[in-house]
Amino acid sequence: MTNHFTDIANADAVLIMGSNAAEHHPIAFKWVLKAKEKGAPVIHVDPKFSRTSARSTFHVPLRSGTDIAFMGGMVKYILENGLYFKDYVVDYTNAAFIVGEKFAFKDGMFSGYNAEKKTYDKSTWAFEKDANGVPKRDATLQHPRCVYQLLRQHYSRYDLDKVSETTGVTKENLLKVYQAFSATGKPDKAGTILYALGWTQHSVGVQNIRLSAIIQLLLGNIGVAGGGINALRGEPNVQGSTDHAILYHILPGYHAMPHAGWPTLADYLKANTPVTKDPLSANWWGNRPKYVVSLLKSWFGDNGTEANGFGYDFLPKLEPGEDYSYIFLFDRMYKGKVKGGFVYGTNPAQSAPNTHKVRASLDKLDWLVVGELHHTETSEFWHRPGVDPKKIKTEVFLLPSAQRGEKDGTVSNSGRWHMWHYKAAEPLGESRPMGAMAVDIMNAVRALYAKEGGAFPDPILKLDWPKAYEPEALAKRINGLFTRDTKIGDKEYKKGQLVPGFANLQADGSTSSYNWLYCGGYTETEGNLSKRRDLTQTPMQAAINLYPKFSWAWPVNRRVLYNRASVDKNGKPFNPAKAVIAWDGSKWVGDVPDGPWPPLATGKGKYPFIMTTEGHAQLFGPGREDGPLPEHYEPAETPVKAHAFSRQLNNPCMKVATSEMDKLAAPADPRFPIVLTTYSMTEHWCGGGDTRNTPALLEAEPQLYVEMSPQLAEEKGIKNGDVVVVESIRGKVEAVAMVTVRLRPFVVQGKVVHEIGMPFCFGWTTPKCGDATNRLTPSVGDPNTTIPEYKACLVNIAKAKKVTEL
Amino acid sequence: MGISRRTFLKATGAGAVGLALGQLGIDLAPAQAYAAGLKTAGCKEVISICPFCSCCCNTIFSVKGGKIISVEGDPDYPVSGGGLCAKGAALLSMHVNKHRVTKPLYRAPGSAKWVEKDWAWTINRIARKVKDTRDKDFITKDAKGRGVNRLESVFQLGSSQMDNEECAVFHQMLRGLGVVHMDHQARI
Repeated sequence: MTNHFTDIANADAVLIMGSNAAEHHPIAFKWVLKAKEKGAPVIHVDPKFSRTSARSTFHVPLRSGTDIAFMGGMVKYILENGLYFKDYVVDYTNAAFIVGEKFAFKDGMFSGYNAEKKTYDKSTWAFEKDANGVPKRDATLQHPRCVYQLLRQHYSRYDLDKVSETTGVTKENLLKVYQAFSATGKPDKAGTILYALGWTQHSVGVQNIRLSAIIQLLLGNIGVAGGGINALRGEPNVQGSTDHAILYHILPGYHAMPHAGWPTLADYLKANTPVTKDPLSANWWGNRPKYVVSLLKSWFGDNGTEANGFGYDFLPKLEPGEDYSYIFLFDRMYKGKVKGGFVYGTNPAQSAPNTHKVRASLDKLDWLVVGELHHTETSEFWHRPGVDPKKIKTEVFLLPSAQRGEKDGTVSNSGRWHMWHYKAAEPLGESRPMGAMAVDIMNAVRALYAKEGGAFPDPILKLDWPKAYEPEALAKRINGLFTRDTKIGDKEYKKGQLVPGFANLQADGSTSSYNWLYCGGYTETEGNLSKRRDLTQTPMQAAINLYPKFSWAWPVNRRVLYNRASVDKNGKPFNPAKAVIAWDGSKWVGDVPDGPWPPLATGKGKYPFIMTTEGHAQLFGPGREDGPLPEHYEPAETPVKAHAFSRQLNNPCMKVATSEMDKLAAPADPRFPIVLTTYSMTEHWCGGGDTRNTPALLEAEPQLYVEMSPQLAEEKGIKNGDVVVVESIRGKVEAVAMVTVRLRPFVVQGKVVHEIGMPFCFGWTTPKCGDATNRLTPSVGDPNTTIPEYKACLVNIAKAKKVTEL
Repeated sequence: MGISRRTFLKATGAGAVGLALGQLGIDLAPAQAYAAGLKTAGCKEVISICPFCSCCCNTIFSVKGGKIISVEGDPDYPVSGGGLCAKGAALLSMHVNKHRVTKPLYRAPGSAKWVEKDWAWTINRIARKVKDTRDKDFITKDAKGRGVNRLESVFQLGSSQMDNEECAVFHQMLRGLGVVHMDHQARI
C-alpha cells in the first residue's frame, strides 16, 4: 500500500476493483464504510456481486481479464474532459518528458519486439535527453512526443463502444464509474483504489496496476491522505516476506538478484545503481551500494571482506533472463531436474496452477521437507486419491510448526507497520517456529561441511550464522549494527551498536543490516519500536487517522509514501483539511516527509518521487517487460477470437509453461465456452490448510461450490444444489452448483458470455469437501512477475453422472 | 497517554450490555460475573497478531497455567478497534487443535505411512539429504563458462506465514546453499 488501512477513511471516492474487500478483508473494509459514511461513493467493479457490492454505492460487473479496457476508457475520459490535476501532472509526473524518436506503437505492439524471445528491446522506449543528460521536457504538454500526448493518443482508441463490447459493461455503467471517480481530480479531493489478487492474477497483472497508477497520477491522488494505490494483500506477513524477499529474483530490500553477467560486486553495483544528472532529483537508489554491502556484511560478517566483494563472490548467480518462479520450478520438477526441497507454510499441491501437473511433479522428487501446522495436500501427495504409495520413491519429512501465538517476532501489515507479537504459550507438542528449523538444519549442514568438505563449502561455512533462533537478536540484525568503531560526521559509534537509520549505512563494510528498509526500527535510544503501542497524535495527525507512535512503519516511520506530492512547490498542502505534511517555514510537520529537504520553491528541495531516477512519477513506464503503456490483451484463454483494440490477441510477452500437461484451449474454443474465475472466502484461507482443520470454519463453509447465473443453469439443465463437473482442457473438478443472480451473463461483442466462479480452498485431505479447483487453471504468467493467471480461464460444466469427490 | 480505548471499553462495556438487557427485564449481572470469572480471571494477557490477512489485527491471548484460554481482538489496535473476522475469531481453536502435527514425521520411500521421529534424527537426516544433493548437483560455471555457484536441484517455497526474523534467516540460508528456486505466496 502507498497509504495504510486507517487512511482509507479519508477518501472522497473509493474504487474497489479486483477485490472482494468485505469478504476477504473485512477489517480493511470498515475503513471503506467510514469513508462512505462521510459521503464518498464506493464503487465495486467485479465480475461477481458480493457483500462488497451490497455495501457499495454501486456495483458494476465486468468480464474477468478486461480491466485494462475498462480503465483505459477512464484515462480517455479524464484526459478529454480535462479532469486531471494539471499542476500535479506537469510538475510531479513525467507527462512533460519527451520520448525518443525510436518509440512506436502499432496494432497492439510496441517498438523493439523480438518474436523469437517474446521480449522487447526496451532501449527504443527511452526519453530524449539534453546536453547535460537530463530528460527533455515540454511543460506546455504540446510536443507530439511528450508523454502526455502519447498517453492521449494511446487511449484515444478506448471509446465507450469498444470498451463496452469488450468488458461486457454497459456504457451507462462505464460513465457512472468514470464520472464518480474522476471527480477526485480536484486538488482538495482524494480517491483511493483498493485492489487484490483480482488484478495481479492475470497475464496482464502488472499493467492492470500500472494503469491504476496512471489514473491516480492524473487525478493527483498519490501521496495524499485518502489516496494511493492500495493492495489489500492477502497473506499474513506477505508484506514482510516480500521485503525480506523469499523470492528468487530479488535480495532483501528490493535489490536485483545477482546474475552471471555481473561477476563481481563492482559490476553488480554499476549495473544496479542509477545515476541522475538532474540536481533536483534525489534518485534514492543512488544509495544502493550502502544497502547491498550492509546486507552482505549481515550475511557473512567478518568473512565478508573487500577482497571477496564482502561475500558477493560466494553468492549464487542466476542465468540472465531465466525464470525460477513457481510455474517454471514445477516445469523443471516435472521434467526430473529438481531433486529435493522445502515447503513451509504453503500448499502448492492445492494452490499452484494446473495442480495435476504440480502433484505429478512432486512424485519425481527424491526428498521433500514440509514445515506445517497440519497435514496438507502437499505433505500427503504420496497417498493422494488414485496413487499407489509404493510407486512413490520420495522421502518425505513433515516438521510440526508452531502457531503464531506460540512465538515471538514481527510481521508487517499491508500499510508497512512493523509490529511485534509476543509468545503466549509454548508450542503445542514438539512443534517449533520455522525459524528454528532453518537455524538448526543449517547448523547441521555446516557441521557436515566442516567435517567432510564438499562442493564449494565457503558460502556455507563463512556465513555469520546464529547458534539458535532468537527473534530479538535477529530483529537487531535486521535493523543493522556497526561492524567496527565508526565516526560519521561528528558522531562516534561503537562496534556492535545499532545503526540509527539507513542514512547511516555505509558501503565500506562498517555497517551490517539484513534489510535497509527496516533500519531505524530498533535504536539504542528508543529500543524496539515495533513494540510501541502509543496512540497519541497531533491534531493534524488526528485529522487523517495517522498514528505515528503506534508500532513503526518502514521507511523511517513514514506512513504515506510519496507524501511530498501532497503539497505544492511551497510546501503548502493541496488539501489543507487533510494535510499529510506541511512546511511551517522552517520544518516539515505531520507525517515523516519523503526526505528532509525543504520545499521545491526554496531551490534546495527535491522532486517528490524520490525512488525514480528522474524524481517524477511514471505515467510512461519504460521499465516494464510488456510495454511502457498498458494495452488491452485478452487472457491466455479467452472466449473471443479477436478484440477491438488491435490484432494482437494475447499479451505478446506472457510466460507459458510448455510440458505436455500444459495445454491451453484455443481462443473461443467451442468445447470450453465459459469463463471461470476463482476466489477466496471469509471463512477459509488460501489453499485452506489451516481453516479446513478448524471445525467451526469448516462447518460454516463445508464444500466446494460453483456459482453460476440462473440463465446458464437453465441452459445446462442444472438445479441449485446439483453436483456438477467443471472441466477445463487440463482437468475436471466436482462442485455443488450454487445458482445465483450474483453472477450475470455478459454481452461481449454482441454475444452472451457466461462466467462462473469457484473458491479454491477445498482439498482431498479434508474428507468429502471436494478437491483442488486449481486442477482447472493454466500455468501462464505475467511477463513481469510470473504471477499465474488464476482469474480467467475457459471451462465447461455439466451435471455430474457420478459423485466421487463430495 | 491518558485513557486508552481498551480501558474505556473495559470500564463501560459491561454496563452497556447490562443496560440493554435490563430494558428487556432480564438481570444478567450474576450470570455475567460467574462466566467472566470462569473464563479469564487470573489470566496473563499477551499481545499477538492474527496470522491471516495483512491487516495483522492485534489480538489478546489470555493465558493461564501455560494454556491459552481465550483469544480476542485488541481494541487498541487502530486498524481493527478490537474487531476480528471469522478466521480471527477462530484463533483459539486453531492453536488448541487436535488436527495439528505435534511430532516430526517421516515417510520412507515407497512407504504407505508416517512414522514419528525425534528432532535430532530428523534434522540430521535432512542435512544429509541437502548436502548429498548439493555436492552432486552444484554448478560452478554456466554453459558460457561464467562463475555461477548455484544449486538448481533444491528448492524452497514459503512462506508469508513466517515472521520477518524467520524470513531473514531463511533467505540467508538459501543463498548460502546456492539455492535459486525460491518463491512464496507473494507470487501466487
